[in-house]
Amino acid sequence: MVKQAAAGRPNHLFRNLNSKIASIPMILVASVIFLGGTLWTVIYSFTNSRLLPRLNFVGLDQYERLWASSRWIISIQNLAIYGILSLIFSLVIGFVLAALMDQKIRFENTFRTIFLYPFALSFIVTGLVWQWVLNPEFGIQSVVRSLGWTGFSFDPLYDPDIVIYGILIAALWQGTGLVMCLMLAGLRGIDEDIWKAARVDGIPMWKTYLLIVIPMMRPVFITTLVIIASGIVKVYDLVVAQTSGGPGNASEVPAKYVYDYMFQAQNLGQGFAASTMMLLTVAIIIVPWAYLEFGGRKRG
Amino acid sequence: MDFRAMAAALAATVALPFGLANATDLEVTHWWTSGGEAAAVAELAKAFDATGNKWIDGAIAGAGSTARPIMISRITGGDPMGATQFNHGRQAEELVQEGLMRDLTEVAEKGKWKEVIRPISLLNSCTIDGKIYCAPINIHSWQWLWLSNDAFKAAGVPVPKNWNEFVAAAPALQKAGIQPLALGGQPWQANGLFDTLTISIGGKELYEKVYKDKDEEVAAGPEMAKIFAAADQARQMAKGSNVQDWNQATNMVITGKAGGQIMGDWAQGEFQVAGKTAGTDYSCLPGLGLNQYLTTGGDAFYFPVLKDEAKSKAQDILAETIVDPKVQVAFNLKKGSVPIRGDVDIAAANDCMKKGLDIIAKGNIVTSTDQLLSQDTQKQKEDLMSEFFASASITPEDAQKRFADIIGSAD
Amino acid sequence: MANISTLNTTVAGIDAVSSRLASGPRGRKPRRVLSRRNVMLYGTLIVAALYYLLPLYVMVVTSLKGMPEIRLGNIFSPPLEITFEPWVKAWAEACTGLNCDGLSRGFWNSVRILVPSVVVSIAVASVSGYALANWRFKGAELFFSILIVGAFIPYQVMIYPIVIVLREMGIYGTLTGLVVVHTIFGMPILTLLFRNYFASLPVELFKAARIDGAGFWQIYFRIMLPMSLPIFVVAMILQVTGIWNDFLFGVVFTRPDTYPMTVQLNNIVNSVQGVKEYNVNMAATLLTGAVPLIVYFISGRLFVRGIAAGAVKG
Repeated sequence: MVKQAAAGRPNHLFRNLNSKIASIPMILVASVIFLGGTLWTVIYSFTNSRLLPRLNFVGLDQYERLWASSRWIISIQNLAIYGILSLIFSLVIGFVLAALMDQKIRFENTFRTIFLYPFALSFIVTGLVWQWVLNPEFGIQSVVRSLGWTGFSFDPLYDPDIVIYGILIAALWQGTGLVMCLMLAGLRGIDEDIWKAARVDGIPMWKTYLLIVIPMMRPVFITTLVIIASGIVKVYDLVVAQTSGGPGNASEVPAKYVYDYMFQAQNLGQGFAASTMMLLTVAIIIVPWAYLEFGGRKRG
Repeated sequence: MDFRAMAAALAATVALPFGLANATDLEVTHWWTSGGEAAAVAELAKAFDATGNKWIDGAIAGAGSTARPIMISRITGGDPMGATQFNHGRQAEELVQEGLMRDLTEVAEKGKWKEVIRPISLLNSCTIDGKIYCAPINIHSWQWLWLSNDAFKAAGVPVPKNWNEFVAAAPALQKAGIQPLALGGQPWQANGLFDTLTISIGGKELYEKVYKDKDEEVAAGPEMAKIFAAADQARQMAKGSNVQDWNQATNMVITGKAGGQIMGDWAQGEFQVAGKTAGTDYSCLPGLGLNQYLTTGGDAFYFPVLKDEAKSKAQDILAETIVDPKVQVAFNLKKGSVPIRGDVDIAAANDCMKKGLDIIAKGNIVTSTDQLLSQDTQKQKEDLMSEFFASASITPEDAQKRFADIIGSAD
Repeated sequence: MANISTLNTTVAGIDAVSSRLASGPRGRKPRRVLSRRNVMLYGTLIVAALYYLLPLYVMVVTSLKGMPEIRLGNIFSPPLEITFEPWVKAWAEACTGLNCDGLSRGFWNSVRILVPSVVVSIAVASVSGYALANWRFKGAELFFSILIVGAFIPYQVMIYPIVIVLREMGIYGTLTGLVVVHTIFGMPILTLLFRNYFASLPVELFKAARIDGAGFWQIYFRIMLPMSLPIFVVAMILQVTGIWNDFLFGVVFTRPDTYPMTVQLNNIVNSVQGVKEYNVNMAATLLTGAVPLIVYFISGRLFVRGIAAGAVKG
């Protein structure tokens, strides 16, 4: 490699050849599947494809219908509320739990498994369990009432105004364990000298976390952020299993709109138009950021 | 089993001149996975295996949202199964137009399907450009009001005989702390309820003008406004149901927590499993007790075009088997649905099912919205209805306006 | 090893802080079980654990009840009469269509899908991450950025294009095809994970190896791989969970004979018309989740240490 590099221009293509060969799968997946597949869906979003993809172009019809749909507008609002809250709470709860776990507690392995187990269970059924637990007739509300607080009201799944928070409760239950694990790992990677120095300077513990440890964990937060954010954008099962988007369309989300229209309504064009809008939004946020984050820096 | 396998092996090695005892494997996909459904499939598979072929079962639960996209991916991906279930209606229309489905016209002519299948609309929805592409297997109808006798006893009112009496009894039920109408939160349930109100209150003519002729004016007119007013009443009666699945809602009726539920004839299975008897524990009112019309939805089998000659033959045999009178009786008894032939007799049917059979025998049937409307239109209607039933903020007038728009652009 | 020392100093730091916090008149005791700090710490953890355990409790209790008892509708009450029937049924008797042998039918199929998919997806992603971190070439970052955006695409949208690609490659409907699909969808997150990990390893090691004349593969196998076993465990846990629980790809890209266990789970749990046996549903879900849970528990320590060694130090 060194020799080749020294040889300079002539074998530009062959420089770093092994690396290029090793990257072929990644390049193929990125270009053929993700880029190619995306272009394919974008093209078909301008057609009136129903069950099968067909190239009957109808201009922007699908997009006009999409933005005229009250369900789609509500989906986007819900995703915004759910996304922001889920991001904040996942990070905060995940980090606080990790910080607590990092206090050399007993039964750490047990606690960690308890926090992580929801990640392993299929949401088809755990969604049903949350449906039960949050049901006002026989869930938490009825238990608390039977204990004497008869005025207690907790009905997040059947009240259109707060249903998205009901979804959030179950989402945090499922996802924060993984965040906690990532954070805990990040905490354990912090140099011991930092703590020593902070102690010598008499900085309180919470301040050490906030001002020193968290900034040092930036890479952990970035990896975690990508994992959480991609989960938020794709959220589907969670909603289907708990509310089917209801009551009415109060808890609809964009991924469910895409899926429902592609398959249940057998209207590929409409589904693809919705997914193109989703992807466009993600790309506008991610591409510049990813380029700065991964492209700008030199190694070492 | 062993004998057949041996025979197949023999046939393969000896290469008999005639294709006798040549067991062909046929993969069949469907979404019948619950207990009663699985038992019904077993009847069908048994009959097919008896013809010397072998049914390879590909059950995938979850109907439209889960199973159907998988089946369609398989067919369009160029690796189709031997046969697959779809609902009566237009779900496979495009697959047929693409030439991906096998033409069953010969089988149908041989079996005189045009004469035996009743109602004929089932066969019509299998027919595209004069050719028959599917074999109907059963009929389910939506227009049933299930009532809990206990609930009405507790409220001190007689069990209603029709929808209007039910609406009138709602305040008494509420006073007794009973939910008048149980309705699950999934969108298809609100949509089915609305279609039921349309046919049962509005009658056949209105129903067909709106859904068959897609007449936007009628959809926006005063007749339809009555339906929306009724839907508004139903919405108030259903407020506070707080369940998702249809059978959770049925369970409210079974336990007397709710007065009634509008749900298809499959709800009957839940009452049976809970050990309830029709007439004493619960009552069923077809057509909501108002007019005796039932829609005829249900299931049909489609057969993708296969290259393998032997498999294509097996497909024809399966199509014959499905329409066979004996299979029809055995299958539908287990499934709790109605046979697609007029010339078979189900003596073992219970009271509610007999009421349904009578209505169908009289010919009081209308085509279901699944057959009349595209899936796309159905989905838009579902979105509207689930929104309407969940929130009191949409007035019936607004909902009707949006409904008329959907019908106006329907296909 | 560095972790343990970090941990110890962390604890020392906390002890110092807490002793300052709790400097009451009692003076120093070897163990203060009920110190204010401990009450706060364990109190919070236990309350959090209750939130996480509540659904599990409901599931376990429900799975041990008979259906008549479940119809009574008290989800929190312990079973009056414990029955293991639902568990037996879920594993060996539940019918899905014609086949009445429960989840056991798909178990080995799932294993057969899981092992090659996990191995191949991790192998491919780790090499890609290594190339991105240590052997950057022009344009590599562009493809990587596309890949990261790809992590945000709902799988369902990609089904049609993927079916077309696999059909053209002639591997539609085969195990190879399914492994390829899992490799594709695991790639974004895994490549990110590996890339950041390798980039965080001391650059001197890499430079020294290159001066010694070691090439791309030599450095990967001789230096990177042995130094990064923990991150492989991290990736394995992510992939085992994802692939074991996958339903959509498993059913679109295989035949009935090779359906994974999640197809049976879906069939048991997700029937639209017909009676729902909640107790069997719960038992089936717990049984299906057992494999990833065991993997978590066994590799729990390694999981954490793996990331600590720099996985997310990017």
